[in-house]
Formats: sequence, structure tokens, C-alpha cells
Amino acid sequence: MIKYLLPVVLFFVLCGFLFIGLYKDPSEVPSPLIGKPVPEFSLPKLLDNSTNFTHEDFLGKVSVLNVWATWCFACKQEHPALLALADRNVAPIYGLNYKDDSAKAKMYLRDFGNPFEANAFDEAGRVAIDWGVYGAPETFIIDQKGIIRYKHIGPISNNDLENKIIPFVQQLKNET
Amino acid sequence: MIPEIGHFALVIALCLALVQTIVPIIGAQTNTSQWVAVAKPAARGQFLFIIISYICLTYSFIKNDFSVLYVANNANTALPLEYKISAVWGAHEGSLLLWVLMLSAWTYAVTIFSRSLPNNMVARVIGVMGFVSVGFLLFTLLTSNPFERIFPVPLEGRDLNPLLQDPGLVIHPPMLYMGYVGFSVAFAFAIAALLDGKLDSAWARWSRPWATMAWVFLTIGIALGSWWAYQELGWGGWWFWDPVENASFMPWLVGTALIHSLAVTEKRSSFKNWTVLLAILAFSLSLLGTFLVRSGVLVSVHAFATDPARGVYILMFLAIVIGGSLLLYALRAPKIKSIGQFELVSRETALLLNNVLLLVAMFTILVGTLYPLFLDALNAGKISVGPPYFNAVFVPLMLPLVLIIGVGPFLRWKKAGLAETLKKLLKIIVIGLIVGAALPFVVAGKTSILVVVGISLAAWSVLAALYYLFKNVFRGESTLSSLQRFKKIPRATYGMVVAHVGIGIFVIGVTFVSAFEEEKEVPMRVGEKVEMSGYEFGFNGVKDVQGPNYSSKQASLSVLKDNKLIATLLPEKRTYLVQESPMTEAGIDTGVFRDIYVALGEQIDHEAWGMRLYYKPFIQWIWFGAALMALGGLLAALDKRYRLKLKREKVAIASTDNKQTAAPVAP
Repeated sequence: MIKYLLPVVLFFVLCGFLFIGLYKDPSEVPSPLIGKPVPEFSLPKLLDNSTNFTHEDFLGKVSVLNVWATWCFACKQEHPALLALADRNVAPIYGLNYKDDSAKAKMYLRDFGNPFEANAFDEAGRVAIDWGVYGAPETFIIDQKGIIRYKHIGPISNNDLENKIIPFVQQLKNET
Repeated sequence: MIPEIGHFALVIALCLALVQTIVPIIGAQTNTSQWVAVAKPAARGQFLFIIISYICLTYSFIKNDFSVLYVANNANTALPLEYKISAVWGAHEGSLLLWVLMLSAWTYAVTIFSRSLPNNMVARVIGVMGFVSVGFLLFTLLTSNPFERIFPVPLEGRDLNPLLQDPGLVIHPPMLYMGYVGFSVAFAFAIAALLDGKLDSAWARWSRPWATMAWVFLTIGIALGSWWAYQELGWGGWWFWDPVENASFMPWLVGTALIHSLAVTEKRSSFKNWTVLLAILAFSLSLLGTFLVRSGVLVSVHAFATDPARGVYILMFLAIVIGGSLLLYALRAPKIKSIGQFELVSRETALLLNNVLLLVAMFTILVGTLYPLFLDALNAGKISVGPPYFNAVFVPLMLPLVLIIGVGPFLRWKKAGLAETLKKLLKIIVIGLIVGAALPFVVAGKTSILVVVGISLAAWSVLAALYYLFKNVFRGESTLSSLQRFKKIPRATYGMVVAHVGIGIFVIGVTFVSAFEEEKEVPMRVGEKVEMSGYEFGFNGVKDVQGPNYSSKQASLSVLKDNKLIATLLPEKRTYLVQESPMTEAGIDTGVFRDIYVALGEQIDHEAWGMRLYYKPFIQWIWFGAALMALGGLLAALDKRYRLKLKREKVAIASTDNKQTAAPVAP
């Protein structure tokens, strides 16, 4: 009898794992950069290429960095969420314009609205490699000391905005 | 109006499915013939209403009815008609409707081809299938209604996922589903037999053609999927060990074990418990595959949109169907006795080894596929398991299997002499080794141990299968002429021979392509020439091409061999306008002994483009081998004796009836 029960027992163990799996997001990949200072870089700003945007700009405040490009469809999808985040005025949003064409990127911001405080223009995508970017869009939350604390892969939905991003930013602000 | 008719038809189908489940099973358990008689009409009615529902959805697609949310999300006015029809199963909701359509079609087939079976048996089989159908119809209606309307009505649809706009993908899912769902018949037979408590060789004989047909569809479905990935994904690969591929491959492995194990149960009355368990497992894995694809628990290119509510529903359904049947198995199996005894060296042992190897292979794939999920559930970290793991564990399991494939048919049932059998096969072994040693040199001018092993085994399975046929034609009973013997060979034997030859062909393809393929990723300027594997690739330039719902950059490359033009390849990079997603269309020159494959990469500057060039020796043999396996299965499933025996049984049953009526007089 015991040996005949084995399949059903194994199956229910499997079901248990599958059930837990349902509430986990398999696409959530922890970034090794979490807890580390932002990588050093210096890039021209998109809208004002006479000045540079550098890692030092993250110091002294909680901020959000969004990696985006005009060729990225999912970025268009999350754009309203970024505008909503900017409206809330919880933290400055910086952009890392990734492997893009500066003329197109400027037009994109003019047409769809500009949620960004400033944009670093990473034409070759080298800085993005240091940030461990797999593909746009990706969003980082950085604390007052310039340390990366959170990474979101893929477009931000309104749900993510309300339940993950904004609470996390508030929490970081309360840390000091 | 039409979508509402479709929706309503689905509700009626659900009611009929409930009737089809409850009434016949109670009827069969209590031996009430009026209740048993409900089975067939209920199943046929359900089929009819699901067809109506399916036609309604197709109609909405053809008429661009974007007030239906599912149509708006998966079609567009510019979408060509053939893709509008195939878009019905292009996403979660509609593919579920296709699932239930096929399930009811298989049930309908059971009602037609089961005339000679005992009524109670058929009633139970149809009842079990009805239960599965209830689960899926409820799932569709409660969480995934394809007929849901939206308001305001969008002017334009969001178009079908461009990956699915390919002829290969039009038929891949239906074939795959036919296979998945087809295992429900063998499953239903197993459950019916467990309910009845009677598991005999007749049961195995009834199940066999159904299991084999399902296996044939699954084989075709998987092969088409692989062929499509090769053509469409632009990586030149044909199998990626993606979780969803694995989800279709696991039932295939168990199905393969099942159709072999059924043979033992039919002919020798052995392996009964084992066969029943395999029948349950094959369908369970089909259901598990459905869960994995639709619940979003794994990362995959195939995954449908994630919705935990759906995941929870399917998981509950899985727990009831699979858990219930495994429990029933645990309760009934101890009482089932296998009668056939066999010695260590016998055909039974060969088939047992085949079963064990296939099952172990299935488990290694199951563990590899779910390992990331296990770790994540235990909060032990995030990992992914890739092809290196699967290749490392799967290939060593398949090598002994191919070895057994060759010798198995020559072993006698019950007791065979290994030395004597091997002596008969000595010639084949020697020829196989010679082919294995020589062929790689002829093909590629080089070799390695792995290639020699692969090709020797492949040659062995092809030659042994052909030799088996040859022996049966030319060395049989001496009273018959060769032609008579040729005619006497049952179709099932041809099926076995063709399928085993198919395995050999498949192994040849896999071995050569993995050992000798070459690839180059190079930037090319217009007019530039690149040399690879003895072929010269000349880049003629790129032009814009406009498709019905996409715009495309089409490159042109001339392929020369010995300064003779052998092909002009036109790889494309398409941008589908609505979803703005880029798609690769590879340029392929297909040949019997090699494919030349070119994929267009990114534009580097004004004149230069990234280009991926591949030389793929023998790759078509992979799909040709799979096609032969499917053909073999088809021949076996259509064997005359299933029908003949059914007729004979009818006569037998009729005659026992006569005896029974005569019984009181006789003693």
C-alpha cells in the first residue's frame, strides 16, 4: 500500500511548491548592485549637453533612476506611471537615455511629457553596462548616500508605483 | 449578438458536460442501463455546442469585432485572413477554447469508435472525459471568457503577437493540444478500469490505438514547434530547453513509455499497475504543462499573461484530477495482479528498461524545469537552469535507450537468449560501427569519440529495424512465399520499424549538427564577401519591403560554392506596426545534407549590417526523423487487428451470451 501511495504524496508536495510559486514573481531578479554605491560615471545631459550628469548628482537626496529609450516599446507603456510619479513630487526622477538618438529622445520628451529632472545621455550604452542593465526599462531607487537600494525590471505599472516604488521611497526618506 | 451566442453555447456545453460526467458514471457503477445510455448523446451534444461557440469566436475575428476584448487584443484590420483565423488560439482565452474543442472532439471520437466495447466501460470513459471538460469549461467561463465585451469599442485592434504570425505556428498549437488532450482518452480508460476494478489485456488493447494517436499528434506538435523556433527566432537553434518546451516534452517521454508498456500489458498481461500509472502520468503532465504555461510561475518566452487567480484555479483543478486519480490508483492498484512471468533476458525486460530510462529522463527534466521554482519557494535564491544541465543529464540516458531500441524487437517474449540474439545481430553491430567510424569523415572530414558513438548508435537503430523487417519477409515460415509474408506483416510492425528508423535519422541529425555546425557573427558592408565552411557569402544590400501589417528591412546575400551561385538568401528584420516589435525572418537555403542560414542583425552604420551566418549540417534530418516517428505511430494506431479483434470480441460476447442462456439446460 505504502509504495502505491508514493505517487500521490509526491504529487501533493509538488502542488505545495507550485502554490507558493504562484505568489512569487520569477522575473524579479535581485541585482548584485543593491547595497552598493552607484557606479562612477560622467555623461552629457540630454537636454543641455554642455553640462555633465555624474554619479555625484545622486548624493544628498533619495532619487529614482529610470533607464529608457525611444526604441523601447515597454518604456512608452510605463511613461504615464513616470509622469504620475513626477506629479507626486516624492523624489526627483533621473533618466538614463540608453543607446538612443538624441534628436529622437528630445522629441519623445516633448511629445509625451518630461517626468525627468535631468537625463544622462548614454549613446554607446557603456554606463548602462556598469549599472547592470539587461534591457530597458529598468528603474533604480538610490538613497541619500548614493547607494542603490532597489531595482525594478520591466515597465512600472500603476500597481507597482503605489505598492512598491512610492512606499520604498518614503521609507528611505524616513531613514534619516 | 454573435459573441453572446458563443458565450451562451459555452454555458450549455458546460451543463451537458456536467450531465455527461455524473449520469453515466453513476449509471455504470449501479448498472442502470438507461443512465449509461446518456453518455454518448451528452458527449455529442457538448461537442456540437463547443463547435458553435468556437465558430462564433472565429466569426468575431473575421468580422473585426473589436467590441470583443479578446479580438481587440489579438487582431487588427490589417491582419491577413489566415492569421485572423489562427489568432483565435493566439492567446490564453482562445487557446483554452481550442483545448475544450479538442477534448470534446476526442470524446466524440470515443463515442464513434467504441461501439464494440462494453457499454459500462464506454460510459465510464466518457464520464471521466466529461469531468475533465467540466473543469476546463468552468475555468474558461469563470476566469478567461473569450467573449467578454469592452466599451468604448476601440477603433483598431492591438494585433496578433508577431511571433505567432508564421505558417509554422498556425498548426503547431493545434497539433500540440491534440496530443495533450489526446492523452485524456488513455487516462479516461485507465480511470474507468480502476473504477471498474477490472484491468485486463482487453483494456490495454482498447487504450493502445488512442494512446498512440495522441502520441503521434504530440510528436508532430513538438517537431513543428522546434521547426518554427529554428525558422523564426533567428538563433539557428532547434531546441532550447525552455520550460514550455520541456512541458510538452515530458508528456511525450511518458507517452512513449506508455505506448510500449501497453504492448506488454496487452500481449503478456504484465506491467498492469505500471501501465495504468503511466496513463495517469502522461495526462497529468499534459495538465501540468497547461498550468506552467498559464500561471506564470516560470520565466519563458512562451508564457501567457500572468494572473494568480487563473493559476490558483488550475492548481486546484490539478489537485482534484491528478490527486484524485493517484489516490484511486493507490487504493485499487494493490489488488491488481500481473500474471505474466518473465526472465531477466526477454522482451519484457527490454521494454521495462525502455520505460525506466524514459521515466528517469522525464524526472531529470521535471527537476531541472522546476528547480528554480523550488529554490525560490524555499527562499534559497534565484537561479535558472539552462541547456548545459539538460544536455548533461539527458544525452547519457538516451544512449542506452537507442542501444535497446535496436535489440529489443529481436528478443523473444518471456525468455530469450542474449548471446544467441546478439550473434544474429553481429553483422548489424559491425556494420553500425563501420558506419559510425566512416560517415563523419565522409561528411565533415573529421570526427570525435562522441560523434562516432552517436552515429554508430543511430546506424544501429536504423539497420536493426530494417533487418527485422527483412528477416520477417525473407526468413519466415517456409510454406509462404516472400510476397505472402510481406503481405502478412501487420501494420503495427511497419509502424515500429518506421518509428525506430526515425529515431536513428533523428540521432544522425542531432549528432552532426551539434558536432559540425559553424557560425560567424560579422559586420558586413555592401559588396563585401565572407567565407565560411567552404561557402562564400556576398552581401548585395538592404532594401525596404512593405508587408500587410509590417514594414521590413530585407537584406540580400548571394551564396556561392566553388564560384557557382547556389542560392540568394533574403533575411529580414520586420517591424510589426501595431505592436512595434522587431522580428527576425531568417534566410535559409534548405538541403538534404546541410542548411545555410542567415539572420540579419542590427545596422551598424550607413553601409554595414551585423550578420549572423550559420552552416548547419544534417539539421533537416532532425525533423525528418520526427516525421518518421509520427508516421510509424500512425501506422501502428491504424493496425487492422484493433478493428478485427473488436469484431471478434463482439462475436465472442454474443456467443457467451448464448451459452449463458443455454446454461440452465446444460448441466
